[in-house]
Amino acid sequence: MTEIGRPVIRQGADGGVPALRTDRLGRRYGKVWGLRNCTIEVPAGAVAALVGPNGAGKTTLLQMIIGLLEPTEGQVKVFGRASRANTTQTLARVGYVAQDHPLYRDFTVADMFHLGRAMNLSWDQQLAVARVAELGIPLGRKVRHLSGGQQAQVSLTMALAKKAPLLVLDEPVSSLDPVARLEFMRDLMAAAADSALTFLIASHVVAELERFCDWLIVLSRGHVQLAGPADDLLGDHRLLTVPRATADSELPGTVVERIDSDRHSTVLVCTDPVQLAVQGHAGWQADPVSFEQLVMAYLQRPAPTVDGDPGPAAQRPWPSAKAVTR
Amino acid sequence: MFRFRLDGSSGVPPYLQLVHQVRQALLLGYLQEGDRLPTVKDVAADLVINPNTVVKAYRQLEHERLAGGRPGQGTFITAAAAPVRPEAQDLRDSLEAWLRAANEAGLDEAAVTALIAVARRDLSKERERAR
Repeated sequence: MTEIGRPVIRQGADGGVPALRTDRLGRRYGKVWGLRNCTIEVPAGAVAALVGPNGAGKTTLLQMIIGLLEPTEGQVKVFGRASRANTTQTLARVGYVAQDHPLYRDFTVADMFHLGRAMNLSWDQQLAVARVAELGIPLGRKVRHLSGGQQAQVSLTMALAKKAPLLVLDEPVSSLDPVARLEFMRDLMAAAADSALTFLIASHVVAELERFCDWLIVLSRGHVQLAGPADDLLGDHRLLTVPRATADSELPGTVVERIDSDRHSTVLVCTDPVQLAVQGHAGWQADPVSFEQLVMAYLQRPAPTVDGDPGPAAQRPWPSAKAVTR
Repeated sequence: MFRFRLDGSSGVPPYLQLVHQVRQALLLGYLQEGDRLPTVKDVAADLVINPNTVVKAYRQLEHERLAGGRPGQGTFITAAAAPVRPEAQDLRDSLEAWLRAANEAGLDEAAVTALIAVARRDLSKERERAR
């Protein structure tokens, strides 16, 4: 039995109300599904990364989460409450930093804050003013005279001042140079330390994500391929080097990716480490997998075979062996 | 104040890297009982990493009784530095002798690393079977 194409979805340890939960969420554009069967959970306080290539369905998912797009099927719950598109209540509960940091170019920073106060149900003017002062951005300066990095900082400040418990960022650093990118992420990580907010960061840049996120969602071809706590997902995967003749059925766990050489094969398996120790052979070598290897392997996996019904997601068949819980 | 660093290419999860650095600093005497560790926010901003990672590392240190949180004050080192045992020097001498022998036998860096990895794996398998 081949399980290739089945998503791997891990649940968090604690049973609290998740910050975000989507249930069999789907959106169809004409005859084409932009996203299908998307069931994910992000616990409160997490910094979650949503990874996928362009066209994977990231923006479709984000727009349904922030309430700008009505799902074709399924639903979105933010802190246990169902979201409905284009309602003030839904929009107030989710902060959003868009990819291109849309601000009015002829407005000053103070004008932008004035607009933010007028357009949001809740607004923390003190937080907004204190943040830009700390970042050295003058309140009276026009947006057009700010650097790209400063515009990104103002966008983030406005999203934070909205006081929404869930903050969604769509490719927040893709338009920034490396220094501005680092400064933005530094500022974001400090903001995360200061608050009890939950972050969902969409990105197509896989490198370095390991530093920023503790929760991972891999999206490809409109389907969730991998989701769960980043450390658990890394712990559940091993890179095996085995003789070429070894059949998939002899390997412990599920084969995610297999590369055959003349005499040996390199196989990424999703497996219980204990099972591997029992079932492993003397000639096998098992190495831990890097974050980037893991994400790339799942991004390149074939899509589920039956498009309409990929079946139940693969559930963790063994208890969590974590010594430290979140 | 103690400062952490992060090696992005080591393959060791970031939270474990932080834990290892405290353990190592304790062994070398760079950290002593009563020293305050930097705040979660300072480490997150300094290394540009997820604050939850720092929280996880500090919890692990508390679990190992190497550090403890004092409400409103921060996280402090609670363990006394382990004195270097006399065996350590002997072990270091014999390791140096072994490395010299490996060098004379014509083994390069990669071969030495591979040999050490294989020996470690065999030992851990031995321990696994003994359990």
